[in-house]
Amino acid sequence: MTSVHSASPRSRRPGLSGWSGRTIVTVMVAVFVLFFAIPLVWLLLATTKTARGLTVGNPFSFGSLGDLATNWDQLFAFQDGAVTSWIGNSAVYAIGALVITLVASIPAGYALALTEFRFRRLLLVLTLIVMLIPNTALVLPIFLELNAVGLIGSPMSVILPMSFFPFGVYLTYIYFSTSIPRDLLAAARIDGCREFQVFTKIALPLAAPIVALVAFFSFVQNWNNFFLPFVMLPSSDGYPVQVGLTSLLASTPAFNPSSAGAQSVQLPTLALATVVSVLPVLIVFLVSQRFLVAGMTAGGTKE
Amino acid sequence: MTVVDETAPVAAPTRRAARKPPAPRGSAMSYGFISLYVLLTLAFGVLPALYALVLAFTDGEGGFAGLANFTKVVGDFRFWPAVTHVALYLVIWLVALVIFVTLLAIVVHAIRIRWLSRTLRLVFYLPGALAGASSVLLWLFVLDPTASPVSGLLTALGFDSFVQVIAPGNLPVVFTVVAFWTGAGGWIVIMYGALNNISAEVIEAARVDGANAVQIAWGIQLPMLRKWISYMGIMSLAAGTQLFVEPQLLSQASNAVVPNDYSLNQLAYQYAFQQNDFNGAAAISLLLLVIALALSAVFVTRGGLFERD
Repeated sequence: MTSVHSASPRSRRPGLSGWSGRTIVTVMVAVFVLFFAIPLVWLLLATTKTARGLTVGNPFSFGSLGDLATNWDQLFAFQDGAVTSWIGNSAVYAIGALVITLVASIPAGYALALTEFRFRRLLLVLTLIVMLIPNTALVLPIFLELNAVGLIGSPMSVILPMSFFPFGVYLTYIYFSTSIPRDLLAAARIDGCREFQVFTKIALPLAAPIVALVAFFSFVQNWNNFFLPFVMLPSSDGYPVQVGLTSLLASTPAFNPSSAGAQSVQLPTLALATVVSVLPVLIVFLVSQRFLVAGMTAGGTKE
Repeated sequence: MTVVDETAPVAAPTRRAARKPPAPRGSAMSYGFISLYVLLTLAFGVLPALYALVLAFTDGEGGFAGLANFTKVVGDFRFWPAVTHVALYLVIWLVALVIFVTLLAIVVHAIRIRWLSRTLRLVFYLPGALAGASSVLLWLFVLDPTASPVSGLLTALGFDSFVQVIAPGNLPVVFTVVAFWTGAGGWIVIMYGALNNISAEVIEAARVDGANAVQIAWGIQLPMLRKWISYMGIMSLAAGTQLFVEPQLLSQASNAVVPNDYSLNQLAYQYAFQQNDFNGAAAISLLLLVIALALSAVFVTRGGLFERD
């Protein structure tokens, strides 16, 4: 999982001694593996079944590809393809906010770490404080603020608040203040680089891992955000897929008996919707896990 | 929120390079570099906080209301139940998180078979991709005995229907299970990284002195993890006070067996969008914010999070 960890000599690790101790630990780990893995595995299998097969059959059997295709068709036929537009919305919101986040936070982290200006400490402290404020805590006031300027319902009402990402600034700040040798920047200046060139030519290329890390966290958080779009967007057309899921849930008779009707959604279709709604994040997780942990511990190992 | 929180402690508490005074250069450039971020901070951090403050102390017409909004929401018959729900959930969730994450991290770290340790971390970590509404939806399935993959277990525990599983008394545990499933893996990976950073000599010295694995974990690893545990506590606490999507979806899926004012954040939402009382909503938001920050302060001071070493 990590290149960093492999450097550690194994001898430092305390072994687990004693037969009974080992058994207890093994059982505990096994229980937690089941706890973490069963829901995921089951969810993937559920998408391949019929509604009947889901409740009657073995929970860990594979249904059929045909049923998967049927569920797929049903999901994307829901409200004339609403799911497709929700996914499109999610992509626009998540990527739009991600771009603004990067443009705003990478230079800010650099300036905080490596240059001197008035209010530097103030900005640093402010960043630490707002980092501790939960995202959802400010959603209602932000709603009122955006309402006052008439932005409610527009994509910007979601993108702009999401692109405020103090944690990204903090990460960048830590990275620049610990991992970039100042001598390198000084040398560049002596060679006649202007401040802006020092940033774009020297610092930015070195910061590629942290840019990727900030992008990853920003994307995942934006994609999974529920409360903000739930409050800001009044109409289903503008929903991201996470909020759209609630429309699907409301049309599932199994959870909402009053909804039986032409547009009703069966459980396997709902399961498929859950998988589809997180697929981009799941893929990003799998692709980047190696580099992620290396990036996360980078601040700790380079001195 | 969950995923994001996870990385900071790596860098957070102990860095000391910032001590070196930055080069006194490029002042004008610096302002350019920070300008967009400052704008966003003002617009979506400082201004909304101030706005909430103003709203909480004014009435619908904008006149000064003193503490009227606060006495109104605190006197609301839904307020104290919501406080109790959130508090109970926070206690159970934080205790479970701290104990099991620390334990699992130490155990996974002690496993010497590399592929096994790596696979375990991946298994614990992957559910983190399902945050927000998706994870709640998944757990609706798992907790519904008619569809659940573990319906045998649910029946054995005496639950025959979905409504029984999500009886109000069970909810703090239900939400803890959902939150733990989604969020614990990332923290386990973080703690694992922290354990790797403990110097080999210290552990070796302890072993030479005859310490066994449990003694090493208790006497050396645990104290060294203290800051990380407090960091995890702060982030999870702050996020936990804002409980919203879980009870909201559960309320929807259970035909209001779970009330739609179960948590404080839901109550604030009700105030704002059902009663059109934004002043009351702001008062609740502010109370939530103050509680979250105050509880965080306890963790910061007791956990030595911002001590330099």
